[in-house]
Amino acid sequence: MSAHTHADGQLPHEPEKATLEGRNKVLGFWLFLGGETVLFGTLFSAFLALRDQVGEGNPTANELFSLSTVAIATFILLTSSLTSVFAIQAMHAGKKSAMLWWLAITVIFGLGFLGLEIYEFYEYVHEGHGFTTSAFSSSFYTLVGFHGGHVAFGVLWISILIGQVLKKGLNVVTAPKIYVAGMYWHFIDVVWVFIFTVVYLMGKVG
Amino acid sequence: MMNRWNVGKRLLPLFAGMMLLLSACGRADLSALNPQGPVAEEQFGLMKLAISIMLIVVVVVFAISLYVIVRFRRRPGDNKIPVQVEGNHKLEIIWTVIPLILLVILAVPTVNSVFGLSKDYSKDKDAIKVEVTSHQFWWEFYYPEYDIRTAQELVIPTGKKIAITTKSGDVKHAIWIPSLAGKIDTNTGTADANGTANTNKMYFEATKAGVYLGKCAELCGTSHALMDFKVKAVDEASFENWKAAIKAPVALPSDPAIKDALVNNCLSCHAIGEQGGLSFPNLTDIGSRMTVGGILINTDDAKYKNEGTTVENLKKWIKNPEAVKPGALMPGFENELSEQEIDGIAQYLAGLKIDYEK
Amino acid sequence: MAHAHAHTVKRYRGLMDWLTTVDHKKIGILYLIAGGLFFLIGGLEAILIRIQLWKPLNDFVSADTYNELLTMHGTTMIFLAAMPMLFALMNAVIPLQIGARDVAFPFLNSLGFWTFFFGGVLLNVSWFTGGAPDAGWTSYVPLASPAFSDDYGVDYYVIGLQIAGIGTLIGGINFLVTIINMRAPGMTFMRMPMFTWAIFVTSALILFAFPALTVGLVALMFDRLFEANFFNVANGGNTVLWEHIFWIFGHPEVYILILPAFGVISEVVSTFSRKRLFGYSSMVFATVLIGFLGFMVWAHHMFTTGLGPVANALFSIATMLIAVPTGIKIFNWLFTMWGGSIKFTSANLFAVGFVPTFVMGGVTGVMLAAAPADFQYHDSYFVVAHFHYVIVGGLILGIFAGLHYWWPKMFGKMLNEGLGKLTFWTFYIGFHMTFFIQHFLGLMGMPRRIYTYLDGLGFNGMNLISTIGSLLMGLGTIFFIINIIVTAISGKKASNDPWEDGRTLEWTIPSPAPEYNFKQTPLVRGYDAYWKEKMDGNKEMMPAEPLGPIHMPSPSILPLFMSIGLFIAGFGFMYHNYAIGGAGLAITFLCMLIRSLKDDHGFHIEPEELEDKGVRA
Repeated sequence: MSAHTHADGQLPHEPEKATLEGRNKVLGFWLFLGGETVLFGTLFSAFLALRDQVGEGNPTANELFSLSTVAIATFILLTSSLTSVFAIQAMHAGKKSAMLWWLAITVIFGLGFLGLEIYEFYEYVHEGHGFTTSAFSSSFYTLVGFHGGHVAFGVLWISILIGQVLKKGLNVVTAPKIYVAGMYWHFIDVVWVFIFTVVYLMGKVG
Repeated sequence: MMNRWNVGKRLLPLFAGMMLLLSACGRADLSALNPQGPVAEEQFGLMKLAISIMLIVVVVVFAISLYVIVRFRRRPGDNKIPVQVEGNHKLEIIWTVIPLILLVILAVPTVNSVFGLSKDYSKDKDAIKVEVTSHQFWWEFYYPEYDIRTAQELVIPTGKKIAITTKSGDVKHAIWIPSLAGKIDTNTGTADANGTANTNKMYFEATKAGVYLGKCAELCGTSHALMDFKVKAVDEASFENWKAAIKAPVALPSDPAIKDALVNNCLSCHAIGEQGGLSFPNLTDIGSRMTVGGILINTDDAKYKNEGTTVENLKKWIKNPEAVKPGALMPGFENELSEQEIDGIAQYLAGLKIDYEK
Repeated sequence: MAHAHAHTVKRYRGLMDWLTTVDHKKIGILYLIAGGLFFLIGGLEAILIRIQLWKPLNDFVSADTYNELLTMHGTTMIFLAAMPMLFALMNAVIPLQIGARDVAFPFLNSLGFWTFFFGGVLLNVSWFTGGAPDAGWTSYVPLASPAFSDDYGVDYYVIGLQIAGIGTLIGGINFLVTIINMRAPGMTFMRMPMFTWAIFVTSALILFAFPALTVGLVALMFDRLFEANFFNVANGGNTVLWEHIFWIFGHPEVYILILPAFGVISEVVSTFSRKRLFGYSSMVFATVLIGFLGFMVWAHHMFTTGLGPVANALFSIATMLIAVPTGIKIFNWLFTMWGGSIKFTSANLFAVGFVPTFVMGGVTGVMLAAAPADFQYHDSYFVVAHFHYVIVGGLILGIFAGLHYWWPKMFGKMLNEGLGKLTFWTFYIGFHMTFFIQHFLGLMGMPRRIYTYLDGLGFNGMNLISTIGSLLMGLGTIFFIINIIVTAISGKKASNDPWEDGRTLEWTIPSPAPEYNFKQTPLVRGYDAYWKEKMDGNKEMMPAEPLGPIHMPSPSILPLFMSIGLFIAGFGFMYHNYAIGGAGLAITFLCMLIRSLKDDHGFHIEPEELEDKGVRA
């Protein structure tokens, strides 16, 4: 266990797994994401079951979606996934300020994505696609909105973690937190890939 | 010890006795154990097979349990440590394989029946088609071939397949006539282009003429318990008579005051013959029905508190349906109509009889 | 505190100790008290139901009240009584069985309890605010939709279960991580006690089943509170979708309930037969297989929904398959007893009584699996009899067995054996009287969930017998409560291994367990770790570490406040008061923030303190 012999200020190679608390946190978070997968899986199923129920006179998925906005949002979110990887790499290399910068960039991308999503929803409501319009609209907003809510929570969470690291430094207590936040961020990116495919692409084609 | 065959032989009378017991269970017009048509019979056959197999399992487990409990109980002062057995592959394989075999014996007829009983007779020329619509808390039956709409009593000919298509007018219900067939849900759904969204199909058949009790089998609100109906199976000639009789023109009450009261109050919702509204139970043959509201049983020899003469029952219902069937949508007319009007309407409705049985 | 500590963590006493505790043993007791309370409420509802049905056309309660009673009875018993009592046993026993000092997430453990508790309280508040939920514990739409259920009843169901469900999910994750990461050295997976295995699989089921319920409840909540159209047919919604979502959760839920009972029975039967569990590896395999198959059979609750013959045939066969691993378990229990030296303590009476009873519930389950026959059984009293045989005859007998068995470890005192046996016989006879006869009622044409039945249908006698049986079950429960009181006042103190035949690690430490559980983490040398040491002539486990300071987590009031926040938010949203709703959520998030910002360093118990801490406060 050479990890424990490091002098003060020097972190073990994988600081998130250096303590039992850290290992518990990482494993617990993996399991939590398993549950989240079922959650989104069920939301996807509900959406798929209801997506053709547009109702008379309401805009269909094909009329509604503008792929260019969504494509930009997708690009932003996927890039943010990459920047969060850089943050974790920086953490493993013990480079605190690089890690913080990458986390900040991730947060900014997340905010950009949220801005686009809010703009998109605003447009849809104006085109007569409100939350209560049809079964299609309800299941659409619930699925995409749940994802958006997850992004918003992630942005808030990572911002708070940045503050914590600034105050307390990078150590075996903060490292697992950063690590699981990174996992979380990847997860919501993966979910978005499915949303992009199932909701938007299939909506355009189907 | 007995050998295997002896055990089997001893169990046989047990099974036979059990089957006898089961078949004697319950009323012929209500019990799934007393089937009165081929569909219920097939289902009962499957039940008997399943019960027999399961009885074997139960008997074996009970026997071993009893033996073990008696034989291996700890006597006072017994401090010996039993042999710590890890397991026994041979035994474990036996109690994996034997259940599998038993399940196959059950699964084959099950699958067979699943497909057999899901046969669609709704396009069959010889079958009687009925569209069943469930409501809180009554049943509507529509015969599309004859354009006949009735409520609470389904009149069918014996010996013919009755192909029903079910849907719901409000919440989910399930139609169940235990002695004729198992149940099927009536789902809520707006009709699609074919008018078939979320409808279900089922068929059944009554071998003998008679009255069979039907029930709602899905919690549907306050008076779910009281959503009874009747299936009346008659011979084919009578059924032909019924088809004609139910469509014969019906005269309104001769007393103009009663007629006004009836037309203004009842016919805004209910239909009698060609007149009246369609969204609530049709009253054309209400005088010949066995019940009022499905649960007030019409009889001159009342034994229970839900029984009475047709007129008594009708008056009870018209005055305050809520007291009979909580949550029913019909308002009470106790204060809306005079006693004479209610009496007149009840007398008139009780007289709406159609005579069709040979 | 008698001792001055070098650490600064504040430690509470009395009520504040219980409100802030993160000790899994105390949380277990909290779960037991709360779950037990809800069990009494649910039981009272059951007895009212049976009183209403004791004679035809009875008017003891109104139709609407009856529907509320049946809904709340089912919902309460499953979510607020059975599951918490399982969590009580899990918390009390699992860390001890695997040789751990604590669970993986003590703080979350406490949060899980408090969310469950406040969810349950919220649900039951509905009785006093104009009507409890009345659409059945399954809350099928459209009956549960705003169009047909326009009071607040179902809102309480949706929000109460949502909050309670968070607690369950947290508990599931917590125990998975605990079991994976925190086993004592030498305790490989295939050396874990059967109860631990059962909880492991159960927790996995919770993890993968509860999110589906979450989504279902969210959808129904959106329909009810915000006019969404998931289940609103007029705007394209689909009512069958609710049934799918509900049962994709609902069927695994049945196994979430029964697998822990299987685990308890395995422990109790083996201990009191003085014999190793027969076929341990096949028991593990069967448990995992049941858990897996549990996700494949949800549509057998929907045979009459009209899914078509192909689906019905497939789900029939899949359901029948579950009988095979279940059968393996039954025979393994019987052969554990075979050749053993069976001592009939009250715990073991419940366990031995469980085996044939559960078999009866199991065989009717196979009967129900045959779809065409199920058309007759479905939604009749046959089904009522079946699932009560499984849940009461299985799970509740299992919980009683577990409580009698582990009571000394939880509370340090032995339950009174005489009263225990009295509890068993009244409850057991009452149970069979109540439910055996209901099989026949169903087959004779009595639908379930009916508030009354007409006279002259041949249902009278059997319903009367059933009602008398239910009163006996109530009496059995009262005997148990008397036993608890008698034991608390004058119970015999329990030693480390009060049954003298203990096989697993929990019996190596004092009763009740000290707050750090193990002075030294034990070294596990085989299955039935303690038994193995006993047989090798050792009095104690071999330690796997030298004596040293033990790290403990600090108590915290935050879980309680977070749950109160959700409780307030629930009311706010239900009554469309978004200011209160937002304030409630703000409390919860604020507590989360505090938790994240404030590092929990915990405290240490020094070696010299260990000796005099044998008994917990």
